[in-house]
Amino acid sequence: MSDTPATKTGFSLRGPGMSKFLEVYGIVLVVVVMMAVLAAIKPEVFLSAQNLTNILKQNASLALLALGMYVVIVTAGIDLSVGSVMGLAMVALAMASKAGVPWPLVLLIGPAIGLAVGWVNGIGLTVLKLPHPFIMTLGTLNVARGLTYLISNGAPISGLQPEVRYIGQAYFGFGLPPPAGLPASLILVAVCAVGLWFFLEKTNMGRHIFAIGGNPHAARVSGINVDRTLVVVYMISGFMAGLSGLLLAGRTDSGFPNAGIGIELDAIAAVIIGGASFFGGRGTVLGVLAGVLIMGILRNGLNINNVSAFWQQILIGLVIIIAVYIDVLRRRAAVRR
Amino acid sequence: MAAALLEAKGISKYFGAITALRDVNFHVAPGEVLGVVGDNGAGKSTLMKILSGLFVPSEGELVFNGAPVKFGSPKDAQRLGIEMVYQDFALAGNMPIYENIYLGREPGTKFGPLTIVDHKRARQMASDHLDRLHIHVKSVDQNTEDLSGGQRQAVAIARATAFDAKLVIMDEPTAALAIKEVGKVLDLVRSLKQHGVAVIIISHRMDDIFYCCDRVMALYQGTNFAEADLPKTSRNEVIGWIMGTKGHTTSLAHDNMH
Repeated sequence: MSDTPATKTGFSLRGPGMSKFLEVYGIVLVVVVMMAVLAAIKPEVFLSAQNLTNILKQNASLALLALGMYVVIVTAGIDLSVGSVMGLAMVALAMASKAGVPWPLVLLIGPAIGLAVGWVNGIGLTVLKLPHPFIMTLGTLNVARGLTYLISNGAPISGLQPEVRYIGQAYFGFGLPPPAGLPASLILVAVCAVGLWFFLEKTNMGRHIFAIGGNPHAARVSGINVDRTLVVVYMISGFMAGLSGLLLAGRTDSGFPNAGIGIELDAIAAVIIGGASFFGGRGTVLGVLAGVLIMGILRNGLNINNVSAFWQQILIGLVIIIAVYIDVLRRRAAVRR
Repeated sequence: MAAALLEAKGISKYFGAITALRDVNFHVAPGEVLGVVGDNGAGKSTLMKILSGLFVPSEGELVFNGAPVKFGSPKDAQRLGIEMVYQDFALAGNMPIYENIYLGREPGTKFGPLTIVDHKRARQMASDHLDRLHIHVKSVDQNTEDLSGGQRQAVAIARATAFDAKLVIMDEPTAALAIKEVGKVLDLVRSLKQHGVAVIIISHRMDDIFYCCDRVMALYQGTNFAEADLPKTSRNEVIGWIMGTKGHTTSLAHDNMH
């Protein structure tokens, strides 16, 4: 071989090296540029420790949902149920906490509900062979939301045990004055992101998930148990949704039956803005986190500049379209290369 | 005839009321390249899917190295070294060459149900294996969607032979290739033969059959129709077999069907 892999790994700023760099880190540049612009417009507000901490805390739940959604989208699937699962988890654990269930058990309720709904989604897709995950998860979206109203009678529940609230509320000041500090929720997101990255990049099942997204037939004839893998994928997404319910319950000190309505669309938007392909097989964990931050910083920047919430929604919509269009252009350029 | 590597005895396969194969016999020896021809619906693909473990025969038995075997899934066939190369290559285009070669059989450290993949070793193994087969690629890190049809076919063959294959079954290996790439793939078949690997080629192209096969067998409407060592037959005769006629060696079979 004239061109060995060893010579390939040397980083080069020319040609494919540079475009590869942009492909992986371009999205992070967008975040940096957005922050720079906002810092230039409103330095004293945007760059305040309180504001930055707020952005991270407000978007931690979305980040968890988006990470779970990302795994599903890599298989060319979709999980519409995550918002409802988040709501159901939140209300169920709030009720359990109120009823005096020991807190270590309460902590497990959210993730357990998520795993259960994810399992149902996976079974519907692989055993019942429903034609598209859109349909199965649209069903569980409604079922889980209905259950949420049913068990709570539609009324919010507040006043949770302090241990249950910890992960959503605590932050580590490192001796800095109070508004500054590292929220515990950010650490949870970081742990989940690193764990997910390792699972997807370094384990055989993670690679099989990418193979299923790229070519399900190839995966099947390679001896991969595609159905079992898909069930695991939807359970991961459910687990993350349950975890985000725990986070939100802790942050708001309540179980709110309307929580998370429509948030599955935000999660999908963050994944797509982060560069993952809707057709499966493509994307990065880093991109997903950047996608969440782009949406969060955009909302925050418009807020601190007193732009109406209605305009925010319009802009988010445009950003989704532009982000995917950039991806289309990039792919076209890659084909020509 | 050398001792058969794989032998099929009296294979029949029914799908409901439809008979896809009826009492088909078949054998292939180590290092032999066997061409299988037949019209659409003659049962070639069904037979190959039985040999590779995708279908279970309704009747008959498979004998591998003298011992009867039963395949419940392609994994069982793979364990004996029987591999299939699909007409559409069955590669994940979004993944690099080396990952495609070891897909489902990744080298690494096992932890319960998971394997921590050793990407570095997989790269090295892939690049050594491709070298052995004289397949040249820019880098094993290239995604297979960036490869030409011939290169993809080469990667598919490399995957089939990555784990000590004894028999490689190829379904229309040249159908999707540019003409200049056909020769390279057929040379690859010859080099497999030199390594003692048995190869079965399903093809419509007489050029492929007559370039690299030792023997050719024809199926017609789900039954054994004819077979011969390659030097003892001709293109026109084989084309006649595909159409279900025998004995026309000088003119095309359908010329004499009126």
